[in-house]
Amino acid sequence: MSLTLAIAVGHLKRRKRQTVVSLLGVALGVGFFVAIAALMRGFQTYFVQQVIDVAPHVVMKDEFRSPDLQPAERAFAGGAVVVRGVRPREAVRGIREAGAKIEAIEAIPGVAAAPVLRGPALFRYGGRDVAVSLAGIDPGRERRVTNIEKDMIAGRLEDLRATANGVIVGIGVAQRLGASLGDTVIAVAPSGVATSFRIVGLIETGVTALDEREAYVLLRLAQVILDRPNVINQIRIRLEDVRKAEPLARRLETAFGYRTESWEESNRNVLALFVIQNAIMFSVVGAILLVAAFGIYTIISQVVHEKARDIAILKSLGFRASDIQAIFLLEGVIVGVAGAVVGWAVGYGLIEVLAQIRFQSAGGPLRGRDGFILARETWPYLAGGGFALIAAMVAAFVPARKASRLNPVEIVRGAA
Amino acid sequence: MSTLIAAENVSRILPGPQPVALVREVSLAVRPGEFVAITGPSGSGKSSLLYLLGLLDRATEGRILLEGRDTAQMSDDALAAARLARLGFVFQFHFLLPEFTTLENVLIPMRRLGRLSDRDQEARAKALLEAMGLAEAMGKYPDQLSGGMRQRVAIARALANDPAVILADEPTGNLDTKNASAVFDIFAALVASGERSVVVVTHDQHLAARATRQVRLVDGRITDDSAALVG
Ligand SMILES: Nc1ncnc2c1ncn2[C@@H]1O[C@H](COP(=O)(O)OP(=O)(O)OP(=O)(O)O)[C@@H](O)[C@H]1O
Ligand SMILES: [Mg+2]
Repeated sequence: MSLTLAIAVGHLKRRKRQTVVSLLGVALGVGFFVAIAALMRGFQTYFVQQVIDVAPHVVMKDEFRSPDLQPAERAFAGGAVVVRGVRPREAVRGIREAGAKIEAIEAIPGVAAAPVLRGPALFRYGGRDVAVSLAGIDPGRERRVTNIEKDMIAGRLEDLRATANGVIVGIGVAQRLGASLGDTVIAVAPSGVATSFRIVGLIETGVTALDEREAYVLLRLAQVILDRPNVINQIRIRLEDVRKAEPLARRLETAFGYRTESWEESNRNVLALFVIQNAIMFSVVGAILLVAAFGIYTIISQVVHEKARDIAILKSLGFRASDIQAIFLLEGVIVGVAGAVVGWAVGYGLIEVLAQIRFQSAGGPLRGRDGFILARETWPYLAGGGFALIAAMVAAFVPARKASRLNPVEIVRGAA
Repeated sequence: MSTLIAAENVSRILPGPQPVALVREVSLAVRPGEFVAITGPSGSGKSSLLYLLGLLDRATEGRILLEGRDTAQMSDDALAAARLARLGFVFQFHFLLPEFTTLENVLIPMRRLGRLSDRDQEARAKALLEAMGLAEAMGKYPDQLSGGMRQRVAIARALANDPAVILADEPTGNLDTKNASAVFDIFAALVASGERSVVVVTHDQHLAARATRQVRLVDGRITDDSAALVG
């Protein structure tokens, strides 16, 4: 054992109880950090996984982010003309030359695209009306861009094609209509046209807002009912590498002009919430470690005070100021490292305890889960240990420097 | 003539609104084989002079030479290195580290210096303790020893790195006559080889008389130096 370490350990051994208390402070900080990180990261990654599993990664819509410039504004770009009170043109909405666009998008490696026509409709069954968002899809392409099949709790996606006028509805839609698989419902389009559909499948995504609104029919049928022949108003896109969603969305919007949203943009609120969640987590852990650091500061300050004679004798024996500083810094490091190691065990234990807890699942995105989702990752251990070590060293630094600057002559004189 | 440690016209003045002179224009050259006893009234500056000679404090005027080298030019770290390798301190209070055994206390300066192998360090520490009559006390902690034994451990520790000069500030101040006499016997033996020197501050005129040279300090100045009478 090195001399510095031997002296440092000797000092701490003389104050066992205090050392253990501040060591436990560090351990609690690290342990909570590890456990909370597993909990939050578990939930967050699960949520993101759900989002990118269920929904397409990128959606192109037949909208524009900023309204078209008026011809006069275009001619006098830069400000001389302001046009107000313009009546918007009744544009025939829809994505133009959609076929060519889909082909162009599919030509990008690792990217799949599917056309959708979405419009409002009213479903009627046994005197009950339910407003739905009707989506006309191409089943073959759709299954490549969303996990619609995974969410089906009855029927199959192919049944859309196999059955004349088949429809797949969200479980909430079916419940509100009082209809079930095999029943025939009437769909009324905004134009007033009514068509009868047979429910061939049920979907439960776990997201109530979707389950109470979504209805899927073949694209061709949707175009007829909504009276939009050959029109689509969404292109749904899926990527092999989700992380490229946002750049791809920007690229497509620049190239084609249509508003194109990545899953990140669509879920910006939630992702922002995660940032806040993480900030809270770090603040709580920071506060615990701060308290622990004060504990370390207190012990080492006391040791320095109490050991002034020893410091003087070490200096007179020929220890340099930096040797003295190293002794007390090392004391901080010992408490920090030991605290971190105990904290790892505490964190690991907490995760195991959390993993045992079972509770009644609330629906929503956690449907089907009766326990916490825990991310067992290495980085919280490393980060927690790193924080602890840094906190301990910062706490030890001030008293260590004070010790290194003690004047041995003053102490020896005082003692005589 | 070679000197191990020498003060040349050294003054130590504490700065402040009313400066205090601890040591005034002291010149003192300690040669190998000398056993110097510094005496003087309380407050005359004996300890202050010893701290200057031991490179624990810096002179405000004049210079301190260690084996011919001017220590004023040396950095704090270089002074520490010189203390470690060339000087040994013994204080009135033993100042042993309470967490370590007698043997470990003696080993500390050697381990810091690291000149000898671990095994040689231990052999030397044991030999030093045995020479001090402490063979039985090696594994004991300082608080298990008597005052005389502790002071002998402190001397063994001061000798750990085979220093050129031993500096002792009233090392017998807390000891009875018998133990004090034993300590002075040890010092006398240390200089016998003629290579080392010992500088001891003491109040006790009888003990001082056993040194090879007596220096008297009054009010920060040397008033008598037995070497000067001879020389
Ligand atoms: N920091 C200080 N401030 C003011 N005066 C001081 C300071 N340190 C020492 N002195 C004074 O300097 C003088 C010399 O002190 P020093 O300890 O060297 O004397 P000494 O001869 O060793 O005395 P003693 O025999 O009591 O140990 C004393 O009068 C002391 O009070
Ligand atoms: Mg004194």
